[in-house]
Amino acid sequence: MKYRSVAAAALMVATPALAQESNDPIKLTLHDWSGQLITTTLMGEVLKEAGYNIEYVQADYIAQFAGLKTGDLHVAMEIWETTGREAMDEAIGTGNVVSLGETGMDAIEEWWYPAYMEERCPGLPNWEALKECAEAFSTPETAPLGRYLGGPVTWGGFDDERVEALELDFEVIHAGTDAALFAELEAAYQRTDPILLWIYSPHWAPAKYDGSFVEFPAYSAECYTDPSVGLNPDAAYDCGKPTGPIWKVSWAGLADKWPNAATAIKNFSISNDAMGAMVTDVDLNGQTVEATVAAWMAANTSTWSAWIAK
Amino acid sequence: MLRLIKSGSGFWVLLFAATWGLSASSFAIYKALDARWIIRFPKKWELQLDGVISDFLTWLVESAGFHFFSFKDLTRGIAAVIEAPYQFFRNLLIEGFSTGFGETATQLSPSLSWIAIVVCVTLVGRFARDWKLAALVGVCFLYLAIFGRWQSAMITLSSILIAVPIGVVGGLFLGIAAYRFQWVNLALRPILDLMQTVPVFAYLVPILILFGFGPVAALVATVIYAMPPMVRVTIMALQAVPSELQEAGRMAGCTRRQIMWKVLVPAATPTLMVGVNQVIMLSLNMVIIASMIGAGGLGFDVLASLRRLDIGAGIEAGLAIVVMAIALDRASQAFSERKYQAARRGNFLQSHPLSSTMFIVSGLTLILGFFVPAVQSYPESLTITTGPFWAAAVKWVNINFFDTFEAIKVVILQWLLLPVKRFFTGIPWAWGILTMGLIGWRVDGWKLGVMAALMMAFIAANGLWAKAMVTIYLCSVSVFIATVIGIPLGIWAAEKPRAGKIILGLMDTLQTLPSFVYLIPVIMLFRVGDFSAMIAVVLYALAPAVRYAAHGLREVPEQMVEAGLMSGCTPGQILRRVKLPLATPHLLLGLNQTTMLALSMLVITALVGTRDLGQEVYIALTKANAGSGIIAGLSVAFIAIISDRIVNALADKQRKRLDL
Repeated sequence: MKYRSVAAAALMVATPALAQESNDPIKLTLHDWSGQLITTTLMGEVLKEAGYNIEYVQADYIAQFAGLKTGDLHVAMEIWETTGREAMDEAIGTGNVVSLGETGMDAIEEWWYPAYMEERCPGLPNWEALKECAEAFSTPETAPLGRYLGGPVTWGGFDDERVEALELDFEVIHAGTDAALFAELEAAYQRTDPILLWIYSPHWAPAKYDGSFVEFPAYSAECYTDPSVGLNPDAAYDCGKPTGPIWKVSWAGLADKWPNAATAIKNFSISNDAMGAMVTDVDLNGQTVEATVAAWMAANTSTWSAWIAK
Repeated sequence: MLRLIKSGSGFWVLLFAATWGLSASSFAIYKALDARWIIRFPKKWELQLDGVISDFLTWLVESAGFHFFSFKDLTRGIAAVIEAPYQFFRNLLIEGFSTGFGETATQLSPSLSWIAIVVCVTLVGRFARDWKLAALVGVCFLYLAIFGRWQSAMITLSSILIAVPIGVVGGLFLGIAAYRFQWVNLALRPILDLMQTVPVFAYLVPILILFGFGPVAALVATVIYAMPPMVRVTIMALQAVPSELQEAGRMAGCTRRQIMWKVLVPAATPTLMVGVNQVIMLSLNMVIIASMIGAGGLGFDVLASLRRLDIGAGIEAGLAIVVMAIALDRASQAFSERKYQAARRGNFLQSHPLSSTMFIVSGLTLILGFFVPAVQSYPESLTITTGPFWAAAVKWVNINFFDTFEAIKVVILQWLLLPVKRFFTGIPWAWGILTMGLIGWRVDGWKLGVMAALMMAFIAANGLWAKAMVTIYLCSVSVFIATVIGIPLGIWAAEKPRAGKIILGLMDTLQTLPSFVYLIPVIMLFRVGDFSAMIAVVLYALAPAVRYAAHGLREVPEQMVEAGLMSGCTPGQILRRVKLPLATPHLLLGLNQTTMLALSMLVITALVGTRDLGQEVYIALTKANAGSGIIAGLSVAFIAIISDRIVNALADKQRKRLDL
């Protein structure tokens, strides 16, 4: 019965990857944010359609590289340019991990404020408005400086340097995890209290809360490396943050053991908007990851069947 | 002057005054002398130990070996041995038995149905003691089903069912070895100290590399964390067996092995069960961290729901861990007190009514499950959730009371946290090392003094002085507040048994509830910062302060209280003049445990955003830098060990003075 359903699925797909290279399960890593669960489940289900055995393994975002290097784990679907680059480069440098290209999603990270702050700080989203109304963002601990809640120190982001370079009267406070980051946003939003913090996308937060990213001078590579470039002639980082792709990586042995699966994963691509809609379904509308992925697959058969076509 | 130093209190006053003076003026001195080394340990003297450790680990993983197989083969072999029974439990409890993978899998047999599992644990409760316990255990497991946590809970239960026996048996054997051979005892003690005090995050990366990714690595980490109390309890329990019993055994012609297994271990069993209980509790404490490296289960539910700010789901999953802890804890305690009963007569059904019921129910539900799916797995439509209630409750508190909280917070920050922080972070490192040495020497002789000074020097020499001082500041403020709240609660619990039951139950819950569950609401109400971290630490570390205070007061000998009454003391005087002084050793032990828990919690609070050693450990984990993680972990452990030795020495002194 099971065999027949595989065959049926295979027939529906235009040119299925029928040749199975190895019957061992391909291990995909799951982390603890919904977007990544969706990306991974989507890839896993598509590979299942192609006849592969799939195993999902829960693993820490950075600690997983130890497993990818040794071949305990095989595929990681979301490594963000912005937060995982260092670990990814180190792993690829050992020769045991390879990049499988971009996921098609672009990570946006920037300072963000809720819409109600535009009244209290006219001129937003232009960053120069922040110069005038740092006090509107202050708390008893930081007054008279404004308070900016940055991401965990491990995310980097150069916010302390940016505040210096752009001469903003803000104090940078680092949250320890992104759960802490969004807990503060939720609380401040409930009270309509001032808040200015680091938000990234694709994520459910920009969909749930009404607000905008601050518009800083556009990012350029020189702005980060060359002090003379940009508004402040004596300091680097006097511009906004770069946007960056989200990468797929795998154990180096993947392409030998399951060559067609490796190709399928390389072909995987999805847009920010499609992902944002699915994340909203899961985190805000209470759908399960499986149901959301199944719905997307039913609606986009031609897209995913092209990934596994030979 | 000299007499002042020699007198006890004079020494402490002078030491404090000198430290305070130096701390307040260290920055000015550095500016005046232009000697930056006063406040910062010189970079060029720093030991580059983290690189050495990382290199050593790489060597261990990649090239270390015995003749026929490498070290990694050995650890992977161990992993495979652990994995087999773990997978069996998973299949039995939740996944069912099948061959093949994915689409090609064919199921051989489904798992035990939820009804069968609830009935089985209920009957185990009956077997351990009585129907009352059976009802408690049964209700706890029903909670898991009704709140939709069944699947995750069974995954967690499978890992507990593996981790606890390994921890107990391993601890028992290590304890016996230490009891028999003095050298094992001596070698084991520092290792146990480190196992208990080095934060788990610090050795997670090496474990992942050695044991592979997934549940087994998480199990190994759990065992490392949960085993030490079992070893300690075993040593203590064996030593406490009266020597007459051993004599009797020898007279009866027992061999050494027989004395151990037929005399000593049975006689020590009640105390050994305390160790078993500790292993269970600590294993459940590890559920969250284990889920970060692939164990899944309830810990993952907590993390994932808090990640999307679903506070209600986080609380429900957290409480699922608590009810599981309660069920396992009460059942294991009941087993330790269980009396042997005469075997019943008759055929198997009559002589083993409980086991037969288990078999019959499991068999029946197995067959019924094929026709009625609700028998096999709890129907999703019948699960309930309190999620919306919790979200609304937090929102209501947030909107209505935030300003009040903010005002209280500002006062405490200004008058307690910031002054203490300034005091500790201002202490020049050289003086800090000297002071620790002096304190150790004064309290327990030169050995402790030298050890304390060397340990502090290690921290400074690795460039972690500033972060260590932030750790000590946060920890001491939290311990202070926990003690101020905890001891009165403990006294109340001891004086009024009915209130005591509620208070101690609450403490159990606070300790087993994963801290993440309350960290997020705390951040919502108090924002990211030291204050939130402090609240989380206080909540977690409160339990031992309360428990030891209550225990200490109850242990005060009856005749002492009588004597006090005879001499006309009022109840207040009895408490202050008789009970509290006699309970001091217990109070100090409580203080010791509070400090240990506070330190272990600081690593978790790094997730809120503190800038201390905990953060250093966490950064090392996220960067997979095994070396610097271990260095920072050792630094935390050293602070814990110094504080442990000092408080223990004080408790000993007090005990001698009271002639207990």
